Amino acid sequence: MPIDIDIAKVARLARLALSDEELDLYRAQCEVVLEHAALVQALPTEGVEPTSHPLRRTNAFREDVVTECLDTEEVLAQAPDRDGNYFRVPPILEEP
Amino acid sequence: MKFEPVIGIETHVELTTASKMFCGCPVEFGAPPNTNVCPVCLGLPGALPVVNHTAVEYAMKIGLGLQCEIAPHSVFSRKNYFYPDMPKNYQISQYDLPLCIDGYIDIETDEGSARVGITRVHMEEDTGKSTHLGAGGRIGAGSQTLLDFNRAGVPLMEIVSEPDLRSAVQARAYAEEVRGVVKRLGVSDVKLEEGSMRFDANISLRPEGASTFGTKVEVKNMNSLRSVQRALEYEIKRQAAVLEAGEEVVQETRHWNEEDGTTAAMRSKEEAFDYRYFPEPDLVPIAVDEAWRSEVASGLPELPAQARERYRAQGLEPTTAGLLSREVDLGRVFEDAVGAGADARTVANWLTGEVTAWLRKESLLLPDSHLDGAALAELEAMVGAGDLSATAAKDVLGGVLSGEGRPAEVAESRDLIQVSDSASLEPAVDAVLAANSDAFEKLKSGDHKVMGFLIGQVMRSTGGKADPAAVTRIINERAG
Ligand SMILES: [Zn+2]
Repeated sequence: MPIDIDIAKVARLARLALSDEELDLYRAQCEVVLEHAALVQALPTEGVEPTSHPLRRTNAFREDVVTECLDTEEVLAQAPDRDGNYFRVPPILEEP
Repeated sequence: MKFEPVIGIETHVELTTASKMFCGCPVEFGAPPNTNVCPVCLGLPGALPVVNHTAVEYAMKIGLGLQCEIAPHSVFSRKNYFYPDMPKNYQISQYDLPLCIDGYIDIETDEGSARVGITRVHMEEDTGKSTHLGAGGRIGAGSQTLLDFNRAGVPLMEIVSEPDLRSAVQARAYAEEVRGVVKRLGVSDVKLEEGSMRFDANISLRPEGASTFGTKVEVKNMNSLRSVQRALEYEIKRQAAVLEAGEEVVQETRHWNEEDGTTAAMRSKEEAFDYRYFPEPDLVPIAVDEAWRSEVASGLPELPAQARERYRAQGLEPTTAGLLSREVDLGRVFEDAVGAGADARTVANWLTGEVTAWLRKESLLLPDSHLDGAALAELEAMVGAGDLSATAAKDVLGGVLSGEGRPAEVAESRDLIQVSDSASLEPAVDAVLAANSDAFEKLKSGDHKVMGFLIGQVMRSTGGKADPAAVTRIINERAG
């Protein structure tokens, strides 16, 4: 079953700048994955509960208790750039 | 052509849990930037989220308060997008299996009453806060962006309404009612100005009588209940003008600008967002059985709709009853005052009038003031006994609110006690009648127009402290 994939769109969504050669390479690879998914999707699943998690567990909770946070200096030491207590990043051009 | 607006509202509510949705960092407004953060809410590699039990119960309360069904099985999903205030590059949210579905609330406006469907209430995490520095501080015009992740991971509920609203007035009433419900549930501080409650609207127009939908526009950045109404009123006019000119409404997101009173298109996107939702592999599903559901349901407080019914039964007008039912602090003081024997309508009118105005002017909440139900009842009793005029009572109320003392003390210290006993008033009345014998003669010969003048003279000579009703009675006696 041939699957069409807009590999350029996938790359854009993942913010990856790919060359034409790379786009061709990944298109072929992703198509194989999608073809396999299509095979699985074709199975008769009527009456089968959808699996949203491989573990057969529910309700893993923690109590609403405050725990210790990281030291701000340690946190900002990881930042590419900072301004006082803030992370500083390039200007944002788009709204989510 | 007449157009009918079709409006749906998305409400975001931050919960007032002690800790965040998926980690133990504290939920607190106004902490120094990046102090309430940990590997989980910073999205550091290898960190794993664990669901806050209380947040789930709060979410269930909101669902039950909005008459929703609680899903026996619900699942967290990843919503993927790149934005620097989301350190993981995805937001943990709910997608196809939300916790609460299919509820409603009833609203009442001057346009009548309406039932508004609630499509769903789902759980997610809030984003961090970005500050855009640079030209005008505007998004897109900035030269840099500063990030604070204290808010990242704060439990956030999204309440989605059906497109059941048909006017800007209804939209505002809906927003007020949802806020009232959440406030009564005590699961959020619902402060619009601090962003702990936020409203976005989807709005389209269609020819009146049509059953299809027009092209919808999303309106964001409405930071007060009033701006929800204003923004939608503006947008209805704008879209009607576009359609009347034979043009088409563009599907887009528009930003409400409070100062201009207009909406403007946000920078258009190159393509529609594709969030590529998939089940969150780091979290197992949530299963709510009947025992858990009914345990949470049995802990629900009275909802605004029920309180409103009680207040109406006490003789309050619909708008007054509505306000007291949504503003739970006012409602509590109202009930205390009535419980202490005060007249319901008088007390309700003070609370929704002078008291609300005073609180707004001082930017305070009722519990921050010195007013309680007992004080209101005392004040009302003084008016009832003729010790205070209605005008003086409002003065006294201001004094009580700002902590000058009990009503009797304030009335005393501000010298506002009204004189109504005849023995004290008769000398003043007689003096006025003697000094204004012409007017008094006219009155005696049946010219009642001079009555107001004579009462005014007595009020003047007593420094405004005479009870006008008592003065009228004495003058009438003297006139025979
Ligand atoms: Zn954290």
